[in-house]
Amino acid sequence: MTTVETATGATKTMVLNMGPQHPSTHGVLRVLLELDGETVIRAVPDLGYLHTGIEKSCEDKTYSQAITLTDRMDYLNPLGNNLVYCLAVEKLLGLEIPKRAQYIRVLLVELQRISSHLVWLGTHAIDLGAMSVFLYCFREREEILKIFEMFSGQRMMTSYIRIGGIALEPPAGWRAAVDRFLKMMPSRIDEYESLLTGNRIWMGRTKGVGYISAEDAVALSMTGPTLRAAGIAYDNRKMFPYSSYEEFEFDVPTRTDSDCFARYMIRVAEMRQSLNIARQAMAKITHEGPIRTDAPGIVPPAREKMKTEMEALIYHFKIFTEGFSPPPGEVFVTVESPRGELGCFIASDGSPKPLRAHFRSPSYINLQALPKLVTGQLISDVVACIGTIDIVLGEVDR
Amino acid sequence: MAEHLRAWNPNCIEEVIEFRGETTLVLSRKILRAVAERCRDHAELKFDLLTDATCVDRFPHEPRFELNYHLVSISRRDKIRLKVRLSGTDTVVDTLVPVWPGANWLEREIFDLFGIRFEGHPDLRRILLPEDWEGYPLRRDYPVEGYRDVPMVTGFRKSSV
Repeated sequence: MTTVETATGATKTMVLNMGPQHPSTHGVLRVLLELDGETVIRAVPDLGYLHTGIEKSCEDKTYSQAITLTDRMDYLNPLGNNLVYCLAVEKLLGLEIPKRAQYIRVLLVELQRISSHLVWLGTHAIDLGAMSVFLYCFREREEILKIFEMFSGQRMMTSYIRIGGIALEPPAGWRAAVDRFLKMMPSRIDEYESLLTGNRIWMGRTKGVGYISAEDAVALSMTGPTLRAAGIAYDNRKMFPYSSYEEFEFDVPTRTDSDCFARYMIRVAEMRQSLNIARQAMAKITHEGPIRTDAPGIVPPAREKMKTEMEALIYHFKIFTEGFSPPPGEVFVTVESPRGELGCFIASDGSPKPLRAHFRSPSYINLQALPKLVTGQLISDVVACIGTIDIVLGEVDR
Repeated sequence: MAEHLRAWNPNCIEEVIEFRGETTLVLSRKILRAVAERCRDHAELKFDLLTDATCVDRFPHEPRFELNYHLVSISRRDKIRLKVRLSGTDTVVDTLVPVWPGANWLEREIFDLFGIRFEGHPDLRRILLPEDWEGYPLRRDYPVEGYRDVPMVTGFRKSSV
């Protein structure tokens, strides 16, 4: 073995600093790699470059104000973050949400899942050298963002899901827009698959790369597509249904090879399942009906009522100046985000601000398995492994 | 669940809290590790996934810290929360990394932001904040704005006058 003489003596390994400014780390992640030639002996992730103290800020906001902070954690899944936070507060308050609002929530988070997987697929492909897939994926993602803009006026930081329901009545023409997208998308997914699934370079870069056993994945608390690629059908939508998911028919795709290719196949299959759920949600959403639950003092009254009813005006004033006070207690709600189990823990002491709001971010916990995935692999495989964990650094560091 | 553990060790559970359909078992910190192992291994419990661990600071009440461990049993479709209360003067508790390796970063985060020390943790360093950070920001007696002046703000004031 060739050795290199350094200041500290003869050594055969070197330490490579990958990131925090490296295009394939998808943000500001730093990984210290100890290398023997091109083989990784040890990998130590270093994070916190994007720590913004969102959990601390939540403690200083009223329950409704904190919704806008949740958008900014996982910026590829803002609606999912809104949903988990609102579900937690609603559980704390014991609120029932109208079915129509629940179905609209389901439709939007499923579209969000597709858009998140599209960003993942595009950036993962570009990391591994497939440039054109990136452009195609972003083309379709643009369509989804247009739908979100229609609904909420915002492309990304929507804050559309609110405590007690949703912010606004769906806009005129939303059905046609979503229908158009749902009709177009299946053939587009086929298009990505025709570029990648049978591609020899793609298979060479992903098959057998980044293996983790099912036992290790569970022990390391991994969730989401990474766990399902290891053969464990753990999906919160099936296991612990929320927002009426028990009324939807869909499959939880699993594979057993647990490598980067399996995770790719899982996410592609999930996009098709999401289209399926979105179609069912479309059929379930009625043309008329309440979008917010009737809870005076918690859910802001309709604008028309405020102009005509004194009580509504008082409630509106109180909600936006003082907020509302849920009973003391603690709740933990989990949903299935595109990256895995997204949880929200809220402890209330009976005041209008949360005593503690904690987010169980799947990216953070899945990233913990990175050293296990890359040890013994080549340095170019580290890029593939970081890609298939699908991290969003805004959520890792919060 | 609570009956099962009581049958095993009558004194292991200090309190059972039921709130909004969620069960919380309050344990003494001495027995936390043993209960965790039993929860993971026993065929009737099988809580194989430690999904989350977090801390709540109830300052100025004592005991001020509450550690919450959220467990999931994938095969039994069940959830449970284990809770340990810690006083502000003695913030040491056994690590759960040997039981669930996934506890590693969760405990590091709690150490980083609350200053709870986990006895026997293999790599107890700050994870989100810089290593030379002073104080534990998620404690309730730590101001939201922080202690340090931000140099950019003072520079901005000077130039705008």
